Parts: sequence; C-alpha cells; structure tokens
Amino acid sequence: MTAASTKTLLDPLFESNPIALQVLGICSALAVTTKLETALVMCLAVISVLALSNVSISLLRNFIPGNVRIIVQLTIIASLVIMTDQVLKAYIYEISKQLSVFVGLIITNCIIMGRAEAYAMQNGPLDSLLDGLGNGLGYSAILMATAFLRELLAQGTVFGAVVLPKVHDGGWYNPNGLLGISAGAFFIIGLFIWALRSWKTEQVEPEG
Amino acid sequence: MEQYLNLAIKAIFVENLALAFFLGMCSFLACSKRVNTALGLGAAVIFVQTVTVPINNLIYNRLLNDGAMAWISPGLAEYDLSFLGFLCYIGTIAAMVQIVEMTLDRYAPALYAALGVFLPLIAVNCAILGGSLLMVERTYTFGESVVFGFGSGIGWALAIIALASIRERLQYSNIPLGLRGLGMTFVLSGLMAIGFMAFGGIQL
Repeated sequence: MTAASTKTLLDPLFESNPIALQVLGICSALAVTTKLETALVMCLAVISVLALSNVSISLLRNFIPGNVRIIVQLTIIASLVIMTDQVLKAYIYEISKQLSVFVGLIITNCIIMGRAEAYAMQNGPLDSLLDGLGNGLGYSAILMATAFLRELLAQGTVFGAVVLPKVHDGGWYNPNGLLGISAGAFFIIGLFIWALRSWKTEQVEPEG
Repeated sequence: MEQYLNLAIKAIFVENLALAFFLGMCSFLACSKRVNTALGLGAAVIFVQTVTVPINNLIYNRLLNDGAMAWISPGLAEYDLSFLGFLCYIGTIAAMVQIVEMTLDRYAPALYAALGVFLPLIAVNCAILGGSLLMVERTYTFGESVVFGFGSGIGWALAIIALASIRERLQYSNIPLGLRGLGMTFVLSGLMAIGFMAFGGIQL
C-alpha cells in the first residue's frame, strides 16, 4: 500500500476523526452505546454501508447531474441500508430489535452523506473505498470506547461478561447509573474530545 | 382529546427527540452558536416534521404495511412492502422539503429568506426521519401522528433554542482550551438532558 492510501485510511482515526472533529454522525454514537454488543453491530453496519456507498457513488460520479445529486445519493444510501437492515433482521434479530430505529437512521447519518459529498464525488473508487473504511473505523473507535466505558461502569460487564460484580448481586461494585442514561454519553464523548484536543492541540477551536 | 394532549406533552418534554433520543444531533450541535440561527432551524423543523410524519403515516398504513393495499383491490391484499419503508420515507421527506421550499419562495418570501439555508439541510436531519420511523414503530393512528409530528418538532426546537441561549452566554466564560467549542457543547447537552429527565413520568 502506498503512503497516500495509508494516509487516506488512517487519518480519520485521530487526525480528522468524523465524530470528534468533523461533527458528523453523532446521533447514533450516543444512542447505541449503552452496550458493547449493540455498538459493535452498529459499527459493522456503518462501516459496510459507508464503504459500499462511497464506492458506488464514486463509480457513478461522472454520471450524476449536479443538481439532483442529493436525491441520487440518498437513494443509493437508502438501498444499501435496506440491505443491511434485512441482513441484521435475518441473522441477529434480537440485536436488530434493540437498535430499533437507529439502523434506519444510518441513511441520514451525516458521516455517509458527508463523505459521499466531500470525497467520493471527487475521487476514484479505490481511494473512496479506503476513505469509507477509514472514516468508518474512526467512527467505530469512538463508539467502541464510549460503549466500553458505559457498559463497564454502568453495568459492570464487558460484552455481557461480569467484570465488576455489582453490590446487589453480592459483589463489591456500586454501579454508576449516570453513565447508563443518555446524559452519560454526552459527558463521555465531551471528555474524549477534550482528551484528543489536549493531545493534538492544532484541533482546538479558535475563540469566537 | 386527553390522549392527544398527553401524547403532545410526552413528545415535547418526556421523550424529547434531541435530548432523550439523540436525534438531529449534528445540526443540534453545529447550528446552535447563535439564538437567531437556532430559531430559524427550529421553526423549519417544526414545520417539516408536522407535514412529513402524517404523510409517512398514510404511506405506511395505505401502501406499505402487510395487507395495507387491500383498499385498492382485494388482489393486492397479500403484499407486504414494509421493507421498502426507508426508501419511501426519505423520498417523501426530500420531496416535501423541496415542495415546502418552493411554496415558501413563491408565497412567503420573507419567511423563505429567514429560513434560507436551513430548509435543504433538514432533508438529512435525522430528527425528521427518526420521527417517521418512531411513528411506524409505535403504530400511531393518523390523528396521533399529526400530534406526534407537531409535538416532537416543538420539543426539538425548544432544545436547540435553549442550547443556543446557553452557548451565547458561554462567550464570557473561561473554558479549558481543548474543551472549547464542540467539547463544551457536549457537556452542556448532557447537563440539559439531565434537566429534561425531571419531566420523566409526567402524565396528564
């Protein structure tokens, strides 16, 4: 792999993370992270839709008229999401029930539209595939880290396996209910952004 | 009547789309720097949400649901097109946004100028699609979907206006460098979500 394509693949992890820097795809990042299992399924769904939509839009980019491109992009993405949804319903019905509307909401997940518009419309299919995978991974990195902290501290488990035995089950750990509710997700992602920007100070927003 | 009022209260406060379901977060965080922008976007969301949720309700109950097409002819009763849902809802939303935009441009230029750039943005606001998907998942009737669409739009607008007002005040505070901007907005929204939890369990 050349240096340029490695950069396309790996930059979205920390340098231009879709969630922390580009403010894209935040809704699902907050909503599906109460448990690692649902977060993992969501990540896989987003990565596959993102990679496939980037490739297909990139292949069609010279045939899409400029003024109807949003509708065309939405149609491509919606079809891919329907496929993903059907696969999830067929093979892991329980988890797809827990994800409820959020699988459908991948359509309006701005990471996918954003990357289609900003990258796939200008670049070849191979680069677009790498860009899709990279942004999917950057998204997953934040999602999995958030889900790990939330599940561990709110329920004392990792992937459903007990790590910190809870007090009311006879253990010693007093679970932190705050992280289980919606507000906890906001705080964790806020702190992640703080940590990331303290490390990479060029990402700090200018005053104003 | 009472059930509608109850549903509206629930949609506005208890199950606030932005703060309880995290829908429409991207524009919620990105467009909340100024109260004026937040007002414009909030109004546009209320409007589009009130129109699209009932329309999608009709589409689902009359065309897509299992056996829903029986009213056209008995032979169509066996079809279940609900897997086409996502595609139809997003199509409706994109089309409605376009129609609303053209109508406003023609008949209410002042309002159109005020909403301006926000209308097209709304087509990809997940609060709108999320509203329609929640409506389908909870099998609301047509009347309920009108109330739910309107109420959830109001709730979202309320949340973004509140956040924007807080952020305007934040200019005078000294925030740690890395937390400035996006990071602080996340923490603020978290605090607001805790505030909104006080509405939990309210019923009329």
